[in-house]
Amino acid sequence: MKHTFAVLVENSPGVLSKVAGLFSRRGFNIESLVVSETEDSSTSRMTIVVEGDNRVLEQVGKQLNKQVDVIKVNDITNEETVERQLCLIRVSADQSTRQEVLQITEVFRCRVVDIGRKSLIVEATGDEAKMQAIIRSLWPFGIMELVRTGKVAMVRGERNKGK
Amino acid sequence: MKNGAQYIIDFLLKKEVEMVFGYPGGQILNFYEYLGKSPLKHVLVRHEQGGAHAACGYARATGKPGVCLATSGPGATNLVTGIADAYLDSIPLLAITGQVNLNDIGKDSFQEADITGIVTPVTKHSYLLESLDTLPEILDEAWQVATGGRPGPVLIDVPKNLFLAEGEIADSRQTLHTRKVKKADRTEELMPKITEALSKAKQPLILTGGGVVTAGACDLLIKLAEETGIPVVNTLMGKSAFPADHPLALGMVGMHGVAAANLALSNCDLLLCLGTRLSDRVTGNRRQFLEKACIIHVDVDAAELQKNVDANYCLQLDARLFLQRILDEGHFKKNGDIAQWHQQIDRWQQEHPLPTDFSGLIKPQEVILEAARQAGSKAIVVTDVGQHQMFVAQYYPISRCRNFLTSGGLGAMGFGLPAAMGAAFGRPGEDVLLFVGDGGFQMTLQELATIREHNLPVKVIILNNSTLGMIHQWQDVVFKKHYVASNLPPLPDFVKLAAAYDIPAVIAATREELSQAMEFVLKTEGPVIADFRVDKEEMVLPFILPGGKPEDMLGRWQGETHLRSFSRK
Ligand SMILES: Cc1ncc(C[n+]2csc(CCOP(=O)(O)OP(=O)(O)O)c2C)c(N)n1
Repeated sequence: MKHTFAVLVENSPGVLSKVAGLFSRRGFNIESLVVSETEDSSTSRMTIVVEGDNRVLEQVGKQLNKQVDVIKVNDITNEETVERQLCLIRVSADQSTRQEVLQITEVFRCRVVDIGRKSLIVEATGDEAKMQAIIRSLWPFGIMELVRTGKVAMVRGERNKGK
Repeated sequence: MKNGAQYIIDFLLKKEVEMVFGYPGGQILNFYEYLGKSPLKHVLVRHEQGGAHAACGYARATGKPGVCLATSGPGATNLVTGIADAYLDSIPLLAITGQVNLNDIGKDSFQEADITGIVTPVTKHSYLLESLDTLPEILDEAWQVATGGRPGPVLIDVPKNLFLAEGEIADSRQTLHTRKVKKADRTEELMPKITEALSKAKQPLILTGGGVVTAGACDLLIKLAEETGIPVVNTLMGKSAFPADHPLALGMVGMHGVAAANLALSNCDLLLCLGTRLSDRVTGNRRQFLEKACIIHVDVDAAELQKNVDANYCLQLDARLFLQRILDEGHFKKNGDIAQWHQQIDRWQQEHPLPTDFSGLIKPQEVILEAARQAGSKAIVVTDVGQHQMFVAQYYPISRCRNFLTSGGLGAMGFGLPAAMGAAFGRPGEDVLLFVGDGGFQMTLQELATIREHNLPVKVIILNNSTLGMIHQWQDVVFKKHYVASNLPPLPDFVKLAAAYDIPAVIAATREELSQAMEFVLKTEGPVIADFRVDKEEMVLPFILPGGKPEDMLGRWQGETHLRSFSRK
């Protein structure tokens, strides 16, 4: 099953490769990983999506916790979260199809951020399901290029203990 | 004003480090310059691997952290095996390496290696020093990480220019772990349940690992065993945790555990596991390990709990604190039920003892028994890795904590000689018996020079079977006698080798010579080398094939001459 880990780390060199290494050494393929500074510039937050056996992932979580520069590890898979990804899609759109493509982007509340003669760049944000729906809808027109960020997530509601 | 080198040396002195094991080179010479002017003792080893193993031997024998030094690049990479050994056996080790100048890092400079990257998976933490300001914090933190909780190795990589950089260095502000969020402590909740389970069990057993040794909890373990009457088995690392001559001691369990201990393990209805990671060498098939027994697992490292085995009660606690608590909880009753369990165990011990009658060529076990007979159970015993290691674990009675030193988790051949050397440095005045195979001895024998130089009482007992014994055994049993790359020619001549190092030596090839040769080993002052020619066909039994269950152990049961699984009648 897919797990999402929220890992708070010290902003120190090498911490990214250490965390990534702990997953890969146990044979997990990291599906997506996002790292960035938090509101406190001395810490970073990683959101890691990985697929695997619950038991082994629990072990990876504990191993992460042991690292000196890891402050906190949360498996937020079963928590209620807000999650977002961002996706840029260059979709082919000439005179004959442009209208239809624009309609689709409106339905999904995407933004068109660049217009060429034969293509558009569409910016989409949302959760995994929405990303897939958009990609599926634009597919028939011809997706020429696609980049996606990994997922970032935050637990809903009040949270005051730790971060 | 101090420079980086002086600061590090002062720090080590402040931490009461007695000696460091090291080897110089270009990028760490600046450090040596100041080391030479300080009262800190430096032992020049003959290979950095020897330095790391010696520091570990020192740490294992004394309980204090070991410190080793190496230069950048090849010096640092030579440390890796010793560091990995310390990691898997939870030994406090501080490794300090020189690195190329800060400005030259990342340019494939001469003798540059990314050592912090290389050792990441086998250290608790590693640091690349990037400015003098952070040195106090890093040293303090490194020391705490190496010695705290579950101990282990830490490496600090110091660029050459920072040894010489001078500055007013403020004292450490200790930042370690302050941000970590503490997990809830479940001791209060679990203690009554554990005590109750212990009192109710009819066939209880205690399994001790190296964590009991690390925690300095051997005395309390004896107390708990005596108050409850619960018998004790040990892992390889837990061998010195409980005295072998105690009536409740059953010996080692696992792949080459003694039969009665393995049978007690597979038949117990409660297993109290203290300071052990329950490695595959102990459990065999993890999924089927003691499916019916109640398992209580106490370890200082939360990551060990529920890792290999599903336990009924898990408690993250230092073994000493746990034993203290449970003894305070108190009032255990020795009931009649446990008497039956004792009788059953006695029967197993009588029916399946370790063989002690030998004929034909000298057997490795005889040499070990003779050493034990003459040296007694209070000697410091060190092993290398292989058959002889398992024979010593089975046969040599150890009665004191920290008197059995072995590379358990990594199983690194070449560990023995340098580790014995480190132990001799750490415990002056005590003899160190090293049991080593003719294979492993050749991996690090250059430390004979260091041992001679310092006249250390390391008694090298080579169990010379002209073969990589453990490999021979596997090829015999698992690969149907297809022997590949496991025969060793009778080289070198160990007596001549000893002469080259100016070390007295003796050879024994027959049973008649055995006891006299051992006398020579133990009576000669300083280092000795003894070449005992032993039977290469002797197998370590019992033998549980990987993934097997204790009751599936192979052995020669009831006087039979062929190998048979215990469970198959
Ligand atoms: C560095 C290293 N290389 C290889 C091995 C695999 N290995 C385990 S035991 C063994 C044979 C050891 O032979 P020897 O030192 O003669 O001891 P014996 O088994 O004969 O007692 C080998 C090669 C190892 N444990 N460590």
